[in-house]
Amino acid sequence: MINFIKRKKWNWLKSGIALGVIFIIAVVFVKPIGVSTQFVIFDGVVWNTFEELVIEDAGAKSGYSSFNEYINKGGGKYAENIANPINYSFIFTFAMILGGFTASKLKGKREKEDEHSLPKVWKDRFGKSKKKRYLASFLGGILVLFGARLAGGCTSGHMMSGMMQTSVSGYLFTLGTFVVAIPTAIILYRGGRR
Amino acid sequence: MNINIILAIIIGFLFGFILQKIGASNPQKIIEMLRLKDFYLMKAILFAIGLSNLLLFTLLLFGAVDVSHLSIKSSYIGVIVGGGIMGLGWAISGFCPGTGLVALGEGRKDALSFILGGMVGALLLTLVYGKIKDTVLFSDLGGKMTLAVTNVSGSPALFPGIPGIVVAGGIGILFIVIAFILPNKV
Repeated sequence: MINFIKRKKWNWLKSGIALGVIFIIAVVFVKPIGVSTQFVIFDGVVWNTFEELVIEDAGAKSGYSSFNEYINKGGGKYAENIANPINYSFIFTFAMILGGFTASKLKGKREKEDEHSLPKVWKDRFGKSKKKRYLASFLGGILVLFGARLAGGCTSGHMMSGMMQTSVSGYLFTLGTFVVAIPTAIILYRGGRR
Repeated sequence: MNINIILAIIIGFLFGFILQKIGASNPQKIIEMLRLKDFYLMKAILFAIGLSNLLLFTLLLFGAVDVSHLSIKSSYIGVIVGGGIMGLGWAISGFCPGTGLVALGEGRKDALSFILGGMVGALLLTLVYGKIKDTVLFSDLGGKMTLAVTNVSGSPALFPGIPGIVVAGGIGILFIVIAFILPNKV
């Protein structure tokens, strides 16, 4: 078992089983896994330290409201989570970071630093400039979270949790994602050395 | 400590751990999957969805999972458009929100810039939402519909006459079969 956990990479079948089981564990004990909403909560917590973004409001379904229409939507559930950031979904994302850290430390041999910020496919196509890669990741981050929040979920919430429950929205999201992502990746990374 | 917080720490930790172990937090793997060069992750994801379909609807059948734990998201135009915008950023960076966080935990600097960009992106949507909420982007596409019967109130099923386990189980088996058929590398 220890060797299995320590092994650098699992084959696709073991990976698929582990991934499927953790989504089931989450829904059995609490609720389906979702991540992208917590970026809004994080922004809100920061915003709230500069300006009173959320207020207690006995008239709201959640008990909290906001002048911002997005934070206020759905009875103020985002406002509630911003006011009380020590909640399941928010802590969940920090635990994920810790999980990633721990798993990477268990690895047999450390990856080379260069490889660690520049994926090979990127380096082959766009060269060794780290600045370029960081800029592209930043831009990618803007698009990913803007898109995910517009859609109401991301790869975890819509694609995995959604399709697990056979949600039509999960299928629509996945369709939209791959229809754009596949041609973009093929065109963007074409012509690199292999 | 609240039991929910303890569960968040345990389940979140395991989820992050697994995403790292299967290579989903490695942008190289994601980009090669999207370029249709390496189907290792695609096979794992398809299998995971298929397995979770089978397990979830079996548990529902036996009442072993509380229906109130399910959470069906609404369908509207923005789900497809937003998915497309996310797909663009996903292909450029090789990260999605969850795997970006995991990669940050690994100490990747490109993941840090991705996460910072993500905070900006989420803020932009928060700021423009009021202006776009009445546009076609939020036009309804069937509400909180599912394919299989879940008995979640307010969530109709596309196949209401067939038991949920049959529909979801059929889909699940199909996904698992595709996962096995797909080659590892092209």
